[in-house]
Amino acid sequence: MSDIQAIPLPGQPSTLSFHLSEEHHPQHGTLLGFWLYLMSDCLVFACLFAVYAVLGRNYAGGPTGAQIFELPVVALNTAFLLLSSITYGFAMLEMQRNGKRAMLAWLAITGLLGAGFLFLELREFGHLIAIGAGPQRSAFLSSFFTLVGTHGLHVTFGIVWLVTLMVQVGKKGLIAENKRRLMCLSMFWHFLDVVWIGVFSFVYLMGVLP
Amino acid sequence: MSDSPDLAKLIFGRLTWDAIPFHEPILLWTFVAVAAGGIALLAALTYFRLWGYLWREWFTSIDHKKIGVMYMVLGLVMLLRGFSDAIMMRMQQAVAFGHVQGFLPPHHYDQIFTAHGVIMIFFVAMPLVTGLMNFVVPLQIGARDVSFPFLNNFSFWMTTAGAALIMMSLFVGEFARTGWLAYPPLSGIAQSPDVGVDYYIWGLQIAGVGTLLSGINLLVTIIKMRAPGMTMMRMPVFTWTALCTNVLIVAAFPVLTAVLALLALDRYAGTNFFTTTLGGDAMMYVNLIWIWGHPEVYILILPAFGIYSEVVATFSRKRLFGYTSMVYATVVITVLSYLVWLHHFFTMGSGASVNSFFGITTMIISIPTGAKIFNWLFTMYRGRITFEVPMLWTVAFMVTFTIGGMTGVMLAVPPADFALHNSLFLIAHFHNVIIGGVLFGLFAGINYWFPKAFGFRLDPFWGKVSFWFWVVGFYFAFMPLYVLGLMGVTRRLNHFEDPSLQIWFQIAAFGALLIALGIGAMLIQFYVSFRNREALRDHTGDPWGGRTLEWSTSSPPPAYNFAFTPRVHNRDAWWQMKQHNYERPTAAFIAIHMPKNTGAGVILGGISTVLGFAMIWHMWPLAVLSFIALLAVAIGHTFNYQRDYHIPADEVSRVEAARSELLANHV
Repeated sequence: MSDIQAIPLPGQPSTLSFHLSEEHHPQHGTLLGFWLYLMSDCLVFACLFAVYAVLGRNYAGGPTGAQIFELPVVALNTAFLLLSSITYGFAMLEMQRNGKRAMLAWLAITGLLGAGFLFLELREFGHLIAIGAGPQRSAFLSSFFTLVGTHGLHVTFGIVWLVTLMVQVGKKGLIAENKRRLMCLSMFWHFLDVVWIGVFSFVYLMGVLP
Repeated sequence: MSDSPDLAKLIFGRLTWDAIPFHEPILLWTFVAVAAGGIALLAALTYFRLWGYLWREWFTSIDHKKIGVMYMVLGLVMLLRGFSDAIMMRMQQAVAFGHVQGFLPPHHYDQIFTAHGVIMIFFVAMPLVTGLMNFVVPLQIGARDVSFPFLNNFSFWMTTAGAALIMMSLFVGEFARTGWLAYPPLSGIAQSPDVGVDYYIWGLQIAGVGTLLSGINLLVTIIKMRAPGMTMMRMPVFTWTALCTNVLIVAAFPVLTAVLALLALDRYAGTNFFTTTLGGDAMMYVNLIWIWGHPEVYILILPAFGIYSEVVATFSRKRLFGYTSMVYATVVITVLSYLVWLHHFFTMGSGASVNSFFGITTMIISIPTGAKIFNWLFTMYRGRITFEVPMLWTVAFMVTFTIGGMTGVMLAVPPADFALHNSLFLIAHFHNVIIGGVLFGLFAGINYWFPKAFGFRLDPFWGKVSFWFWVVGFYFAFMPLYVLGLMGVTRRLNHFEDPSLQIWFQIAAFGALLIALGIGAMLIQFYVSFRNREALRDHTGDPWGGRTLEWSTSSPPPAYNFAFTPRVHNRDAWWQMKQHNYERPTAAFIAIHMPKNTGAGVILGGISTVLGFAMIWHMWPLAVLSFIALLAVAIGHTFNYQRDYHIPADEVSRVEAARSELLANHV
């Protein structure tokens, strides 16, 4: 390290400047902080995936994935969620252009797609519980319901957040704080999409294999 | 409780008068004492009209220094609780031989060892470590506050909410009887149908939110808010260890959250993750919880290593030896801490290859740790050492921790571990490293940074009394446990048949008594220092001849920390400033942008406590209500856009002029 600087003689002023004379503006840390939060959330999902990997074939004499998964419905569900990521992207483009009304419209469509996703998921859960394949039936079903349900809870939370932000943008407009919040929700929403791709491939597609 | 049992059950859930321990005299008298003390404290606060002051200046404060101090207070209060548990266990084991049953029946004893472990790790060591990082890191990197000041306040209150729930279990219902990690199937609903494990789960989940958010906060602070010129390799070592610790927090606590959530689902929703039937797998819990648990011990020890590094350089009046190797050793330990979790259960039977892998990775950790010990020794070599209290703790640490490290390497040998697993040898080992490593470090840190926080030094005489009682007491209390462990005595027993063992337990109890005197001396030290605060006053802001930026500002620092952000050219930034005859600016001050206090953190923490309590006791309507309240307050808080203000330049000038006058009068 080149940390050795010449020491001035006693009483002599230093050639180095040891403080700023204007206000220091460190970079804003919100996006980094939120990204770190997402990574920690990702670890929660990693644990749930690991648990599913360990317990996913422990049927305990109950139904298997091949018997209960309805791939066409799940495919529709996946389409809803992937589409909602695209519409969120359009909302962000409008935000860059300061098109408040168009942005709110895209956000509303995103929220509706998310709600559609949740509706189909709850319908699937309700059906499974009705036929006696609830989370108590086997370790496979416990880990299935927990993994998929945790993702669903995140989507629910995302929709609550989305509505809150729509109200705040409506009240305050596209000010810097609101833009920053929209960026955070954007990361959150896309993150949920990525996790869902994992759920779809790992749980549903591999689950219907014999 | 009411005329209609159904309504009472709906509102109060499982909570009935039976949950209050009227029939247990120890608990009843403890409750009477705590209640009397609590009422006296509340009355005193009211009498001296301190509520408004506490609320405005402390509870709602988003100043990292005040939040740091509040964490320290929480940790020290909980230390008294955790130590009461410890001394009860030592007394019980010293007397309960043969026909003597002692005063703690198994039902009670099991709660005590569980509470002792949970409290000491989560509510003593963690708050003390987080508190020191909170107080010191922004000052060391030349920042005005942390990146997210409100989150910092919220994190503190969530930790406190968790601690409050654990404390409630003492008098309302009971605590878990499972050991501090609550292994299933014992912690499952079939074996532990009462509220004990639920107190454990909710206490830790709520406190865990605080820990995780505070980890993210400090990480972003260290990455984004360093003063200009402070490159990564110019960060003080304590800041480096704080960085690594917070990486570990962010990467480990989600695992704890997930595994405790799964345990909660097993207990509340009847799922089968860790049950013995329907495909569950209890060993998966043990694996997952140690994937969090092993990094956790490094979360605690790394900041302590950072404290020793600061202390040893300051009191040897030398630049720290081997800074670069110290940083890399810290990073290596951070990474390796994720590759050793299985050494906690070699006896699971995963086979020779797996056990060898984890045995070897465990032994490898001793290499970077050893490098650190040598760096500290070489820093002391030919240094001008002054044995102030923080330095005494550091020297005691180096001896004690080396012993603990060596017994750790012994336990890392799988065949030896098969004999020593769950024996008192293990108990001696981890107390050896946690007390001799973490706690000694925290005491060094408290004595070192106290003058920075309060403007006066701690009394050295009582500090030394505390030091000697603690260190000697530690050896008396834990060396006998090594012996007993080698003889095959297992942990968590409240009664013994073999009278030949008794002498060792009596020696250990004597050690615990010495530690009690050490804690007493520490409390006296606080009192005496406060009484003599004028004599112990630090006017310079740099009482020890420090090397890093926190010593460049006044003691206690002003709300804004630094009137002008420092510019860093050297690892020992303040040391270099002193060598370069630095003169602090006395004019041309500018207004400073600062965050505003808010009560949202206290309110959210309070509601979380209610939510946790309602979930523990199955009070479903209250749980739903408090959850809705939690969401409403959190969302409501986001509608507050006025979160900052400016300290006017006049105000800064006034504060700095006062300091100039003080310095002129005393230096």
